[in-house]
Amino acid sequence: MKSVGERVPKLDAADKAAGKARYVQDLRLPGMLEAKVLRSTVPHGRIVSVDVSEAWKVRGVRAILTAKDIPAKAWGYAKDTTALKGDRVRRIGDELAAVAATDIEAAIEACERIKVVIEPLPAVYDIEATLAPGAPVLHESKGSNLVQTHHYEHGDVAAAFAKAAKVVEGTFTLPAQQHAALGPVGAVAEWDANGRLTLHDPTQIPFLVQRDLAEALDISPADLRIVQPAIGGAFGARLDLYPHEAIAALLARKAGAPVRLLFSRDEDFQTDPVRPRTIVKLRTAAAADGTLLARDADILVDCGAYVSWGSMTPVVMVNTFGNFYQCPAAKFRARTVWTNTQPTGAFRGFGNPELLFAVETQMDELARALKLDPIEFRLKNANRPEEVTPAGGRITSCGFKEVLEAVKAKLKRPAAPAEPHLKRGIGVAAVFHVGGGARIYRSDGCGATVKVDDFGKATVIVGATDIGQGMETAMAQIAAEELGIPVSMVRVATQADTDVRPWDVGVHASRTTFIAGNAVRLAAKEAKKQIEDARAALKLPPDAPVDKVVRAEHFRQKGRLISASAFYDPPTSMVDKANHGNVSAAYTWGCHGVEVEVDVETGQAVVKRVVAAHDVGRAINPMLVEGQIEGGVVQGLGYAMFEECVLKDGRMQNGFFLDYRIPGIKDVPDIETVLVETGDPEGPFGAKGIGEAPIVPIGPAIANAIADATGVRMREFPMTPERVWRELRNSR
Amino acid sequence: MKINLTVNGHAVALDVAPHRTLGDVLRNDLGLTGVREGCSTGDCGACTVLFNGTPIVSCLMLIPDAEGASVVTIEGLTKDGRPDPMQAAFVEKGAVQCGFCIPGMILASKAEDVPEGNLCRCTGYKKIQEAIREERRRTRPQA
Ligand code: FES
Ligand code: FES
Repeated sequence: MKSVGERVPKLDAADKAAGKARYVQDLRLPGMLEAKVLRSTVPHGRIVSVDVSEAWKVRGVRAILTAKDIPAKAWGYAKDTTALKGDRVRRIGDELAAVAATDIEAAIEACERIKVVIEPLPAVYDIEATLAPGAPVLHESKGSNLVQTHHYEHGDVAAAFAKAAKVVEGTFTLPAQQHAALGPVGAVAEWDANGRLTLHDPTQIPFLVQRDLAEALDISPADLRIVQPAIGGAFGARLDLYPHEAIAALLARKAGAPVRLLFSRDEDFQTDPVRPRTIVKLRTAAAADGTLLARDADILVDCGAYVSWGSMTPVVMVNTFGNFYQCPAAKFRARTVWTNTQPTGAFRGFGNPELLFAVETQMDELARALKLDPIEFRLKNANRPEEVTPAGGRITSCGFKEVLEAVKAKLKRPAAPAEPHLKRGIGVAAVFHVGGGARIYRSDGCGATVKVDDFGKATVIVGATDIGQGMETAMAQIAAEELGIPVSMVRVATQADTDVRPWDVGVHASRTTFIAGNAVRLAAKEAKKQIEDARAALKLPPDAPVDKVVRAEHFRQKGRLISASAFYDPPTSMVDKANHGNVSAAYTWGCHGVEVEVDVETGQAVVKRVVAAHDVGRAINPMLVEGQIEGGVVQGLGYAMFEECVLKDGRMQNGFFLDYRIPGIKDVPDIETVLVETGDPEGPFGAKGIGEAPIVPIGPAIANAIADATGVRMREFPMTPERVWRELRNSR
Repeated sequence: MKINLTVNGHAVALDVAPHRTLGDVLRNDLGLTGVREGCSTGDCGACTVLFNGTPIVSCLMLIPDAEGASVVTIEGLTKDGRPDPMQAAFVEKGAVQCGFCIPGMILASKAEDVPEGNLCRCTGYKKIQEAIREERRRTRPQA
């Protein structure tokens, strides 16, 4: 009975296609109130007063909260935020007050009647200017706008640059990118009579929300239960606790009724975390024979007004920086900064798309300068299986060579177009990413229980979260394969809450198939053993069906429950103070080859074709893996070509889908995916994580193809027609 | 105000405020939550319904304009528990990820080969295109 490797349709797809899946906006509880947050329209200022007396006069209002009514203790990664702001606002969108009412119109009207007086302070939006002496400081207790500096070094960088035949350098500028998940942000909170909170929350980290929200509410985590509805996309946006989750809970407690807080789309665009604006200054050196010698990076990353995961993107950058390619010397500094803008969070790829735009552009520049084929140059310096890197990374399975060769075989130079203003070119870029978890928290673990019932049906209860990628289906396939039963006989308890499910650190870092998959596999293996033990004890024949064995065991007085639990935490470590260590139990490589056509009169670059080759270890479900690759390619194409938050005086100017354009069906090029199966020794059935890697190389591959077509180097995303046209003009 | 329309083949009589949108009424008064609300500004297509057979974004249509119309939502595509061929093709071809865009995408695809007014942030559209082609192949073999 083969399940692993099959193109099993997603188990939740039929419900989703029938409109039956329930997202947070579909939840309705009896007596439920609707909530609205009053937000600052001032980017930086001192709050003088917030007067809610008129708001209470709106019919239907049941609760109003300001900072005075909630726990004052700051929370968050840098302990720099509260659910409602009391003394200062630090960005447009800061939460000043919140209202719960019987209907949303009443809540909105009440917010409009709240009188707020804010004394404006000078603000800073630019990520370089925010570190300049005299810049307004956002969090005075922190002394400056510098959040953190990350350092890394190996080898003798100065000597390597001195002896290099060729050195390239450049500054790369990356915009804020919106997750723009189609499902809106929101939460529904209800308290029971024992003072226990249930939060319906499409979060990526149910167990960490349990911890962090308890801190924000000043209650015990034991009194908190997180239930996840169907999640309408997340991509990293829901990897932290944000104020709205606390506000929903606080309003519900105050009102004594369930409260639903849903963002409008513009609220989502204006206030939910984004991929951080980033500036990468990079130098790369190579010897005349094409041996990579050294890299030196200096990076600035925006955190926005409050620190969330944006500040940790250098941790992933550094992992790539120290491990990717055989590079004998490397030096890295990244500083993360506060500015009076939207907070920045995790976003698929987590720093890697930002860093590798620079790294992979310079790989292309060096190959050209040294007159080497860009793929041969990469092959010469590629990581190999069973290698220990200078950063301490332990590489096991490695399909770098295979993905490079796959692209080389499939990407053909197109014929030159007849029209003289059209130029065609090809470009490649590669990616290195974690594929076996990522120990950025002390735990990288996940638990699972597999029970088999008297009807032969197996239920998988696992800590992992599905955000659309297909966790449920992959886990069912793994359990079915291990138990030797069809996938149709496996259910995954995706509706289960944190009271029922075992621990998991959350869905991030492409970790779920690898980590949760290993936990499920171990539990299923043990459950299988229990069944076989029962079969032997009961002297049932080898061909007696599973349901018969389990039933006989459960109906016997000294029988035993067929149910097994397992915990998997990968053999990795957190990085040390110098950012050395092996954070992942497996790594993954990919290469994208791209064909573009550039109109040199308008600057319009169109991606015609993409070959996306990825080392996936083993595809548990090739159809879902292809879906991850295609989705990542197109999201990365949006980031590279047209997505950008246009900021003016701290306000996003294009906070609608009409103006903030994400790729539509007509923007999609011909995409060919190539799955390279290296069979990872630690991965479940050889699998490695693949959720993030595909968003990374597409951007630099396009930039390299534009350079191939026109001779012009793009060092800023998005590569809009205007920017390309300007570079073309400057190059003349 | 009083409104009469046909929803998924059933006659429906409503008494609702005239400033409300068709999408809001379908979702919140009739419980047809398969009509997704992704933006409320007509830009994402998640709230697509078939309006007298033509896909429209229901978040922009005011309820008085729906008087007498026949509206089909995603719930109305499933007949006797059997999925519509387009729903089946989306499932089989792996065109569903988070699923939020999918009801609107499926309804638009019933009428359009290239549903360009419908956004999807997850799939990259390739498997959506494959699903549409597959449905066309199955339901219009001659075309
Ligand atoms: S909700 Fe109607 S188009 Fe987005
Ligand atoms: S499947 Fe998630 S938006 Fe389309």
